[in-house]
Amino acid sequence: MTDRFCVHCGQAYDGSGHAECRNPRTALEPPRYCPQCARRMVVQVTPSGWQARCSRHGEATSADAPAPG
Amino acid sequence: MTAVADETTTEADILAVAREQVLERGEGLSERQVLDVLRLADDRVPELLALAHEVRMRWCGPEVEVEGIVSLKTGGCPEDCHFCSQSGRFPTPVRSAWLDIPGLVKAAAETAATGATEFCIVAAVRGPDARLLSQVRDGIKAIRESGNDIQIACSLGMLTQEQVDELVEMGVHRYNHNLETARSHFPNVVTTHTWEERWETLRMVREAGMEVCCGGILGMGETDEQRAEFAVQLAELDPHEVPMNFLIPQPGTPYESYDVIEGKDALRLVAAFRLAMPRTMLRFAGGRELTLGDLGAEQGMLGGINAIIVGNYLTNLGRPAEQDLEMLSGLKMPIKALSETI
Repeated sequence: MTDRFCVHCGQAYDGSGHAECRNPRTALEPPRYCPQCARRMVVQVTPSGWQARCSRHGEATSADAPAPG
Repeated sequence: MTAVADETTTEADILAVAREQVLERGEGLSERQVLDVLRLADDRVPELLALAHEVRMRWCGPEVEVEGIVSLKTGGCPEDCHFCSQSGRFPTPVRSAWLDIPGLVKAAAETAATGATEFCIVAAVRGPDARLLSQVRDGIKAIRESGNDIQIACSLGMLTQEQVDELVEMGVHRYNHNLETARSHFPNVVTTHTWEERWETLRMVREAGMEVCCGGILGMGETDEQRAEFAVQLAELDPHEVPMNFLIPQPGTPYESYDVIEGKDALRLVAAFRLAMPRTMLRFAGGRELTLGDLGAEQGMLGGINAIIVGNYLTNLGRPAEQDLEMLSGLKMPIKALSETI
């Protein structure tokens, strides 16, 4: 499924690739917003990964996806 | 003699003084001397780092203490620490979360697998309530029952004497509570509690026999004078460990638009803190990836740092632990063994 929203700021993708959220800081951020609906997710960072849960779209983990950046 | 020449003489003097005072006698720099170090010209920084490394090797030795951390309770904090994405007072994207006991045991196991000797359990709270302390107690018990004998530290905010005693009884050997910044700057960073309240927790922790871990975050709008003030206030506290964080401007916080501290200034601070605290464990903590990158991290390890947090942080990601362990191997810096900490 294609991501519709930026996982860092929750804004809708506008076709430009959302360059403002591709920076060194966001490379150190787990996803915070659901890429499908932009809801804020409950995120748990662990020493070697992260889990992010959307109340509507379920859980994603660092094992499923490369670290965002 | 020109003013420039005078300045150069002064700069040479502070490193010469530091060599004799700190390296030879083991006496930390004064506030004025730390400020002189922070004002050294950029081209003197390599010399400064080399001296700080000599001091570290002389008074602490070559070993590096490796630690992992995890957030047991994330977000929803009632305090207003302006740097923190976990404050419930700011419109940040961080939502509240609790880590369950199996998750805590797994995090401790991941940490131990890196060779780390320290595992710090952290909660975003003003201070622990009965539920949180119960979770910590159950978590430590479960970690031990899993066969993991890693040293356990906690960071749970401000404590009462009863809570300090309870943590000691649970076997927590070190307690982290950062003063965060210079006393004179603290009211600009936090308004919901005072620097003195934090100091009081640290006093109780020390008197109860736990190791004191206390550092802060650099790059929160403090002046060089306040950086020097902070270094000396930490030296007066004489903690076992000082974690050095560099601000990561977090979206939604009052500091979201602050500039990241420059790498050369971060390195200067590492060396200056080492010269203020020659015998203290100085740990690279959050923000180093953003401020220093890979090369800067190595320079910091060769500029006074002798401890490191590996893996991820509380709400931010770090670089993979393996990358840091390879760095230490490449620098021929042995990792402190668990047997030496018990």
